[in-house]
Amino acid sequence: MFKTISPRRRALLLLTALALAAPAGAAQAARPLQAVASFSILGDMVREVGGPDVQVSVLVGPDGDAHEYEPTPGDVKTLAAAQALFVNGLAFEAWLPGLVKSSGFKGRTVVASQGVAPRRFEAGEDHGHDGHDHGHDHDQAHSHGDLDPHAWQNLANGVIYVRNIAEGLAAADPAHAEAYRRRAEAYAARLQALDASLRKTFAAIPAERRKVVTSHDAFGYFGEAYGVSFLPVAGISTDAEPSAGDVARLIEQVRREHVPAVFVENISSPRLVQQIARETGAKVGGTLYSDALSKPGRPAATYLEMFEWNASQLAAAMQP
Amino acid sequence: MSLYEWAVSPFADYGFMRRALAGTCALALGGAPLGVFLVLRRMSLMGDAMSHAILPGVAAGFLAAGLSLGAMMLGGVVTGLAVALLAALVARMTPLREDASFAAFYLISLGLGVLLVSLRGSNMDLLHVLFGTVLGLDDAALLLVTGTASLTLLVLAALYRLLAAECLDPGFLRACGGRGAWVHMGFLVLVVVNLVAGFQVLGTLMVVGMMMLPAAAARFWAVSAARQAPLAAAIGVAASVAGLLASYHYNVPASPAIILAAGACYVCSIAAGPQGGLLRARRGAPARFRRGE
Repeated sequence: MFKTISPRRRALLLLTALALAAPAGAAQAARPLQAVASFSILGDMVREVGGPDVQVSVLVGPDGDAHEYEPTPGDVKTLAAAQALFVNGLAFEAWLPGLVKSSGFKGRTVVASQGVAPRRFEAGEDHGHDGHDHGHDHDQAHSHGDLDPHAWQNLANGVIYVRNIAEGLAAADPAHAEAYRRRAEAYAARLQALDASLRKTFAAIPAERRKVVTSHDAFGYFGEAYGVSFLPVAGISTDAEPSAGDVARLIEQVRREHVPAVFVENISSPRLVQQIARETGAKVGGTLYSDALSKPGRPAATYLEMFEWNASQLAAAMQP
Repeated sequence: MSLYEWAVSPFADYGFMRRALAGTCALALGGAPLGVFLVLRRMSLMGDAMSHAILPGVAAGFLAAGLSLGAMMLGGVVTGLAVALLAALVARMTPLREDASFAAFYLISLGLGVLLVSLRGSNMDLLHVLFGTVLGLDDAALLLVTGTASLTLLVLAALYRLLAAECLDPGFLRACGGRGAWVHMGFLVLVVVNLVAGFQVLGTLMVVGMMMLPAAAARFWAVSAARQAPLAAAIGVAASVAGLLASYHYNVPASPAIILAAGACYVCSIAAGPQGGLLRARRGAPARFRRGE
């Protein structure tokens, strides 16, 4: 991604250069900590905790796919200049070790998911229910038994992320340690408040209605935390034109499991999803954000907004 | 698996299969007879050209009103008719033949369409429109296609004699009164309306195949247009059933499956058709298509 340097940033760079020329102590005070986060959701958390004391760059930006990312020369430069790198871990960023090596990054690497109880992808989460082999590959295929890296889809894990980030920042920049910890606790309190309210929301929905069919494979942690079953779509997952057999299997699945709502994206036409809904009586859910934030101005521009949006979409669709 | 389970229960069990069948059959009943006349007039490629010509109208409708059936239909019909009328006018008023003037106008239209599509930035949504969703037909799309087919059959029945005469000898009707031009225009209107309605079912590219392949196949089985037209419609219906069943049982996309089924009918007709088919020709029947005889 190419960014032009704004006049403000140019001034900042100039100041940085001047500061570097000045004695070391003064430089430390004038220049915010340079931090890099591997993807947009983590970047938002680091920004919340770092506040004005940290300048955060994100490698895989909003709407980007962090599963399969091709680092750019700009990323190498960004990382080479950074003092701290924040990654999700759980084998999420497979492309990152190569980038770290080629950039010569010497700073502190913080694994945000450290201390999270990891879950594994369950059998059946990567293929259909009825045992047929449809020959369709999921866009982001995970095989049975692999670690599920999407731990941030549980707000309780989000709190762990935030505390890890605060400790990482404090270690990289001890001068502001107190401020990082203070901001982290305030942010964690907001996450916990949302967590409590969502648990109440989902608990109020009858258990047999708390299931949806979805093409996403990223909501395992969400499902565990709030008691929602996410059934994988049988057949359809690519954005190529689906076959009649695929559509029939999906309809069969929704009927058999009495699923109240279908969240299927990457399907070739909104009319097709509406047809499935008509035929099964299930509701059609809206967009869910799983691996990346939306661009600013869209409904999931921050971690908190993303979580609220997903939860409200799901709850509305499952409501009797 | 019994034949009933294989061939009937997919349609009995699933509404979307019945809707797809109804839509494609309507398209075959209306479009294939039109294709017969296009073949007779040696305008077989006109359908293809026209499907490109309606692009700017569909794109304009989409840009103005989103994924709205009415807006895209209106836009497509307006641009399609404009291209057809301009081409016909130029052909009748200047020495330039109709195919050449048609090619000129449809290319202009296509250029405009590509320009409009790229204005939007992303053309993904529009590509979906162009490739159609035969499995996702809603009531409005179904009514549109069946209504168009009914209208087409009525108009074709009313115009049949004039149209056949016009096809065989454009000079004849012009000589005995100016009605030939009107018949020709009416025919072009039907083609455009069918193409624009059909993009709801199979997509613009597929609807052309449904129009031309059964018609070209029927040409090998019957001589007169009166026999070719119902035969073409029947071939179209058979291809729809076969294509949808293939899509259901073998997990292939529906629209290409239907078109390939129609294509298979055509290839078989080339080989085995009694009117100029290759096998008959070799056995000594009148081989009117062989060169130099």
